[in-house]
Formats: sequence, C-alpha cells, structure tokens
Amino acid sequence: MNALNLKLWRDLWRMKGQALAIVLVIVSGVSAFVLLISNMNSLIITRDTFYREYEFADVFASLKRAPESLKQRIREIAGVDKVETRVVADVKLDIEDFPEPVTAKLVSVPETGEPLLNRLYIRRGRMVDPSKDDEVVVSEAFAEAHGFKPGDSLGAVIHGRWKRLFIVGTALSPEFIIQSRPGALMPDYKRYGILWMGREALGTAYDMKGAFNDLVLTLAPGVKVEDIVVRIDMILDSYGGFGAYGRKDQISNRFLTEEFRQLRRSAEIFPTIFIAVAAFLLNVVVSRTVSLQREQIAVLKAFGYSNRAVGMHYIKLVLLIVLIGVAGGLGVGVWLGRGLGRIYMEFYHFPYLMYELQPSVAITAGFITLGAALAGTLYSLRKAAILPPAEAMRPEPPARYKVTTIERLGLGRLLSQPARIILRNIGRRPFKSLFTVTGIALSCAIMIGGTFSRDAVDFMVNVQFRLSQREDMTVTFVEPTSKKAAYELRGLRGVEHAEVFRSVPARLRFGHRSYRTSIHGIEPGSTLSFLLDTHLKPLELPPEGIVLNDYLGMILGVRPGERLTVEVLEGNRAVRQVPVVGQVKQYIGLQGYMDLSALNRMMREGNAISGAYLTVDAAHRNEIYRKLVEMPRVMGAVVRKEEIRNFYETQMEYFLFFTFVTMILAGVIAFGVVYNSARIALAERSRELASLRVLGYTRAEISYIFLGELGLLTLFAIPTGFALGTGLCEYIARALSSDLFRIPSVIEPATYSLAATVVVVSACLSGLIVRHRLDHLDLVGVLKAKE
Amino acid sequence: MEDRVVFEVSGLTKIYEMGEVKVHALRGVDLELFRGELVVLLGPSGSGKSTLLNILGGLDTATSGRVTYLGKDLTRANERELTEYRRFHVGFVFQFYNLIPSLSALENVAVVTEIAKEPMNPQDALALVGLSERLDHFPSQLSGGEQQRVAIARAIAKNPAVLLCDEPTGALDSATGVTVLEALERVNRELGTTTSIITHNMDIAGMADRVIHLSNGLISGIDTNAVKKSPKDLHW
Repeated sequence: MNALNLKLWRDLWRMKGQALAIVLVIVSGVSAFVLLISNMNSLIITRDTFYREYEFADVFASLKRAPESLKQRIREIAGVDKVETRVVADVKLDIEDFPEPVTAKLVSVPETGEPLLNRLYIRRGRMVDPSKDDEVVVSEAFAEAHGFKPGDSLGAVIHGRWKRLFIVGTALSPEFIIQSRPGALMPDYKRYGILWMGREALGTAYDMKGAFNDLVLTLAPGVKVEDIVVRIDMILDSYGGFGAYGRKDQISNRFLTEEFRQLRRSAEIFPTIFIAVAAFLLNVVVSRTVSLQREQIAVLKAFGYSNRAVGMHYIKLVLLIVLIGVAGGLGVGVWLGRGLGRIYMEFYHFPYLMYELQPSVAITAGFITLGAALAGTLYSLRKAAILPPAEAMRPEPPARYKVTTIERLGLGRLLSQPARIILRNIGRRPFKSLFTVTGIALSCAIMIGGTFSRDAVDFMVNVQFRLSQREDMTVTFVEPTSKKAAYELRGLRGVEHAEVFRSVPARLRFGHRSYRTSIHGIEPGSTLSFLLDTHLKPLELPPEGIVLNDYLGMILGVRPGERLTVEVLEGNRAVRQVPVVGQVKQYIGLQGYMDLSALNRMMREGNAISGAYLTVDAAHRNEIYRKLVEMPRVMGAVVRKEEIRNFYETQMEYFLFFTFVTMILAGVIAFGVVYNSARIALAERSRELASLRVLGYTRAEISYIFLGELGLLTLFAIPTGFALGTGLCEYIARALSSDLFRIPSVIEPATYSLAATVVVVSACLSGLIVRHRLDHLDLVGVLKAKE
Repeated sequence: MEDRVVFEVSGLTKIYEMGEVKVHALRGVDLELFRGELVVLLGPSGSGKSTLLNILGGLDTATSGRVTYLGKDLTRANERELTEYRRFHVGFVFQFYNLIPSLSALENVAVVTEIAKEPMNPQDALALVGLSERLDHFPSQLSGGEQQRVAIARAIAKNPAVLLCDEPTGALDSATGVTVLEALERVNRELGTTTSIITHNMDIAGMADRVIHLSNGLISGIDTNAVKKSPKDLHW
C-alpha cells in the first residue's frame, strides 16, 4: 500500500466515530430505499407471475342471466382471446362456533374441473369434483382464519336453502389476492370468504342451468380494454349486464396497485431525505478534514504530489465511507425487506413471494448515494485540490465573531458570558447552524411522516364508524325488496331500531368523465346514518337531487348546482339527469347519496329497499345473527364493531413494523447530525473549552457552553421538524389518496411528542458521548499549542 | 516569615510516561513562594519550569512530593477541589493568550468575574492594563500585545492570591513584550498579587524580587535582586 493510501486508512480510523455516524445515515437511506423498492419489485414480479401463470382475466362482467349460447357471440368479438362463463352467487354461511354473520362469494368451477381463467392454486387438498354438489374449495385466507382444513364442513344458505358443504381443498386465486367485501374498509377473512363449487351444482341451485351470470375473458395482445368493454356492454345490455370493466377496476387488483403506488412514493420520499442528510454530513466532515490538514496538503504538494493526486486522496475518503454505507444498507435493506415481505404475505395471498434484490436496485442506490456524496463535498474537495502549497503552510486566519442581532436588540445585557458564547458560535456560521437545524428537523419530520398514518386511520375510522355510521349492524337483502321487509326485522327480539336504505349500482357521467359506483338512498331524519359536510358537520339531505362525496365530485369535475347523468346499472337501467345539490366528506369509498323517496322515484319503483341499519340489544345479538341466517331475504349482515376490530387487527403488525423502522431511521439521522456537529465543534473549540477549564470553569459549566449550542439548535429544530413533518404528512396524504380511500392529514399530539422524544433522546445520546470527551480535555497540552 | 508563605513545595517529582519512554520533568524540587513577591522561573526548554507552574496552578498532578497552598495540600486535592482552587485563587496568563474568540475584551474578563467571589469590575481590570479604549473589540481585532494584556486583565480581575504566567512575552516582539511586563509589574505592585513568571529570557529576570533557576528538573540556584529593574529598562 502506498503511503498516501496508508494515510487514508489512518485518517478514517482517526475519525471513526464521525465516519460511523455518516455510515449509519447512509445505511438507513440505502436500506429504506432497498426495503421499499425491492419489496415493490418483488410484489410486482410475484403478482405478474401469478397473474400470468394462473391466467388472470383482462375483462370482467356480471349480469342478471344469459344463455350459455351467448358465449359464442362474445368469443367472436375481434380481440377477445379466451372466454369463460361462470355462475357467481353471494351466500350466507353458517359456521359452527362462530355466531357472527359470515358471507361468501360462491364461484363456479367448470365441468372440466379446472377454470380456464383465474385458475386456482391449490394449497391443500384437491380441486372439487364437478359432479359432486356438496364439495367446495375455500380461499386459503378464509380457511386460515377459521382453522378449516380439507375434510371439514360448513353450512351455507344457497338460494334460501340450508346445505352442508364439505371442504376438499384450500386455494389461492389471482382474482382474490385481496379478498375484500365490496365497500369494506379492509379484507375481513373471518367474515368474508371465497368458495369454489362445481358449475353443475351451483347452476342447478340458482336456476342457471345452461345459463350464466358472470363472465371473464382475456384479450389478444395490443387490444384496448375500453373497446372490448363497450362491445360487451352492448351485448349484455339486454341480459341485465351490470357493466363490464377491466383489470384496473377489479377490486383485488385495484388494492394491489394502490399499495404498490404507496411503496413507490415512500421509496421516493424517505431515502431522498437520508441521502441528502448524509451528503450534508459528509460535506461538514470533509471540509473540516481538509482545513485541519492544510499543512499536510501543503507538504504533500511541496514534495511534488499533483493537485489531482491530492484531490483523489480526499475523494477516496468519501468513496470509502459511501461504499461501506451502501454495502451495509444493502445488507440491512435485504434483511428488513424479507421481514416486510413476510408481513405482506400474511396480508396478500400469493402462493409464493419471489423476493429478490435486483442488481439494478443495488446499483441505483450506490450511484445515487455516491453522486449525492460527491456533490455535497465537491467544494471542499476542490479546495483541497487547488490549495497553493505556500498558502496552505500558513494557518487559517482566526475565526471572526461579532455581536449577534439578538444581543443588539437589547437582550445582550441579560445574557451571561457562556450564553453569549453559545449565541455567537451559532451566529458565526449561520449556514452550518441552519443545516444542523434542518438535519435534526428532518429526522423529526421523518418520524412524524412515518407514524402519522396511525392517527390518520384513527381519524378515518372515527369519522366513518362513529360520526357517520352509528348502527350496530347493517343488513342487506338478496335483492331490492318492499319496505315491508323492514317490519320483519323490527319484529326480531332485541332489535331496538331499524332504518332502511336503498343502494343502486350506477355509472355517473359528467361531460366526458364517468365513474362507476352506487347511489345510496337514505330516509330523511335518519338517526343511524349521517352525512357529513366538508367540515364534518351533519348535513341535511335535500329531498331532491344527488349529494356527492367531495372526491367523487373532483373526479367527475362536477360542482353543486350542475346536473350529472346517472346511468342505473340494474332494474329498468334508467338514464336520468340529476342535479348535484351538495357535497359530503368521506374518507373511504366513493358514493352518491339521495333521499330514499327521490331515488325510488328516479328508479320508477315503489318503496323498494336494499337493506336496513339496526341497533340491537347486545344480549340478543347472537340470537339475531341466527335469525338473519334463517331469513331467506337477508343476504348478510355486517357488524360495525367487528369491522373496526378487524381493521385494526389487520393493520397492527404493519403499523408496528413501520413505527419501529421509522423510529430507528429517524434516530440515526438525529444522532448522526448531532454527533458530527458536536465532534467537529469539539475539534474546533477544545482549546477554548480547555482555557475555560483552566480559568476555573467546572466540567458541567463547559458542557453547558459546548452542548448548549447543540441543545439550542435541537430546540429550534423540533418546531421546525413539526412544521416539516406536517407538510410531509400533507404531501403523503395527498400523494396516496385514491378513490378507494383518502388519507386525512391528521396528526395527534402523541405523534408529535414521540417524534420530539426520539430526536431529543438521540441528541442527548450523542451529547453524552461527546461529554465524555469534554471531561478528558488535555488542559496542559492545549495551552502549549498555538492556535 | 511563616505567615507570608503562599506556596510550600517539597520533594516534588513529576514523571511523564510518553509511550515506553519515561521523562523526568521534575526530580525533587523544594521551594517556597512568599506573599506579594514577583518571582521569575528561569530555565531552558525542558528544564521543568512549565511543569512546576502547572502543578502550582492545579492543572497537573505530581508523581510524588508535596505542594501546599496557604497550608492546604494541593497534591491531595481531587478534580473538583482543583477546579475550585483555580476558580477562586489563581490567575493564569499563557504564551498564546487563550482568549475566547467569540467574546469581546470586556466579556473575556467578565467570563471570569462572573464566577469569582469578590471580583474587580472588568472595566477597572482592563483600565489597569491600559485597554480602556478597546473594551468591545474581539480577539481577532486586537494585536498580540493587546490580547495578552486582556489575558492579564482577565487573570487579575478575580483578585487572585497568585498570578501564574507561562512565557507571557514568548509570542511577542520586544517592545510589545515590555508593555505586557509593565502591566504585570503594575499589578504586582498595586495589588500585591504574588506573581510567578516563567521565561527562558534572562533579561526579564531583572524585574523580579527573586530569580529561580531551573535546569534538568531541579532548582540549580536562587538569586535575589537587591534592586528591581523597571520593565522599561529591559531589552532583548
């Protein structure tokens, strides 16, 4: 090893504490990047592979009923590749030892015994025997939630008749990676499942012999989904089609796409902050090293080392730190990535996770970090390279201080000398102080941005389930029913109050924009279902016209006072012009609301309802569940409390993982920034501090003078961090909003105080380490040395 | 005579371990310093004079032997007691001034008076060294001689019993050095502060009451000046 490289290693060893702090920040940034990007890539690869191998359909449509012969017409549409017709039905399940209402989607398996599209990955057991009418394969998540295994059985109310079904296998399907009941907040694997059953048996039960009510198909390469959807809708129109849609509107695929978008956003936001902080720290450390080593640089140049060689020497120092950091970051990223992958696997149901770190991700991480590090240190590196040897031999001119503005404003008289020292040191290098404040503030902001989702979710749940929906359970009917059906519900023992609603699937159109959703009709003066205006105050539903969710209004570009076109997707399939009469705030889903009678009038139907909201006496709850299962008209029921609980259970692990990771990462930044600032300040000021010790100042007093500066900067950084964090949360909330849900930018005091605590603890920790050095200042040595 | 003794040093040795080499900086020094006197410790580099001064000032500890200050044993004092000793009893002046760069001349003095028991007014201390006009200047705006005079004002402002000066003129030219020495002489004369000046400059010895010669870690002789020279008459 040549002498210069030997010096490199020794220099690095000498500044090992500072180098380590920077390495840790780089490790954090790179690992966050790798964690998020590799998971996103792995999930995308896994999803795409699963979709491809298990023939996920391109277009989906459901309809009232059509003869099997129609399949030929659809197959003949140019651009259509494979077509499969199915019978799909919603059923109530009756599970032993689980009294709550459970519903399932029954999907037919063709006589061939193997679906052509949306094929099943059989995890346990076997496929159903199409000739048997009591065999089902159940979705794996549902089976796991209930502990089902092949050989077990469950009761189902199929077309009004109770039937025992035997589980022969558990399976995964590309169609139901996320199994979410329509309109639900989160997949609820205990109360909603997917069952596959032979087509013959299902067809017979639902009067679909030689007919179908569901259609899936794939397209030839290059064919536009929209074109086919239009053709299909035209064909299915006279068969009660509910409107065909492509993959992008398929619910499971939608959720996945959203999740990947979230990962990508996070992968953009968080690592950027870390890499920027690392670049800043490197800048501080390298510029300090260069000015400390002025004389060494001069000697090297005097002996004939070129500017280039000297420049390279310091570039190598940066390279070395960056490389160690990137390598560590890749390792930690992969390790955490696998951990996160396991959490995702519990949430999503893929047959396998193809976790891999693509070399391009590692290379990208390396290049971005290195680029940022070199850009951050460019000025100092250049300074080292072009420093003329004669000038370099002279020490740097003494530090210039001046009276700070705060003192001039008249506060000066109140300050002790140590306080002045603190203020003037901050004031002498305003940019360095600003960077330090920014660095610490960023760590605080990361902490807030990484943990506020918990507050946001609490808020969403509170608005949705406490302010807006106040029922104990929601009962839905198999099909629109006369309002009289409500009497039957009110008659059940334990039902205290019931309010009916009507839900109509519709496509809303304004200008060239359209959105497929449902219109919810509620009774005026409802006490269980409240509409909230944009200030979350209860809103009186006007007797005429439609009230839109604010986000839906934005998607359609329609404002109150304008008229939109409603294309009803059931019954008479009416097309009507309806005035928009108001906007409501909702964080989950997108719906339109109308007065129940107005909706009935628009549908040209009598007093039809789709379901009812109930409040019940808790003591009779299980009895009510029992009765609901027996009522042929009732499709299912959702219990509000259970929905909330399920929501938190599903999210908890994810929250904890992210809170934990964020806390460590934010702590590393705060620690890195404070520690590096402290070490550099110590190197610059040890002489001054030792002088004060000689003059009789105690260890505690000089610690105050020295660490007071960092303490003050940290104190400034916390409110700055709160402001940055609030902004970051707003950005995240906006970036992640979609028609599935809008994340409110709500931050609770506890989140702020946790962030502040992490910052303060990290800063104190680095302060303590430096304090140890302060206690061992060389009083004699420092007096001998010239400045 | 006994009650005039400020420092009593007996059998003082100091051994530095520099890696595997042992350096005997002091090899058994016996010495008494008296109230109000101005002593010059004279000797070449490595003679042990700085080590002696550092131990007297509570900056360093002895390997063996005993140092008492007004009857109190400094060699047995702990870290906290030494800090207190420096804080209330000793004034230091160093070769490179060691001012706080972020504080003005006045504030550099105040930094000491704020923690002392019965300090002088910082302005008065600066007036004593002839710097009344430069109170608000920062060290970077002062010449070397001015900085050293600020350091002297800072050292005396706490009304210390002893003033220890380590090569106070070492970084200054002759003319500037004289103004600094004048300041020290005036402090000694007007305030009666026991003053001990280290130097390797023989010419300075002329202004002392006593001149203590050190060489090779031992006192090689003590001279008493019958007539003290005024700093103005010193040249080097």
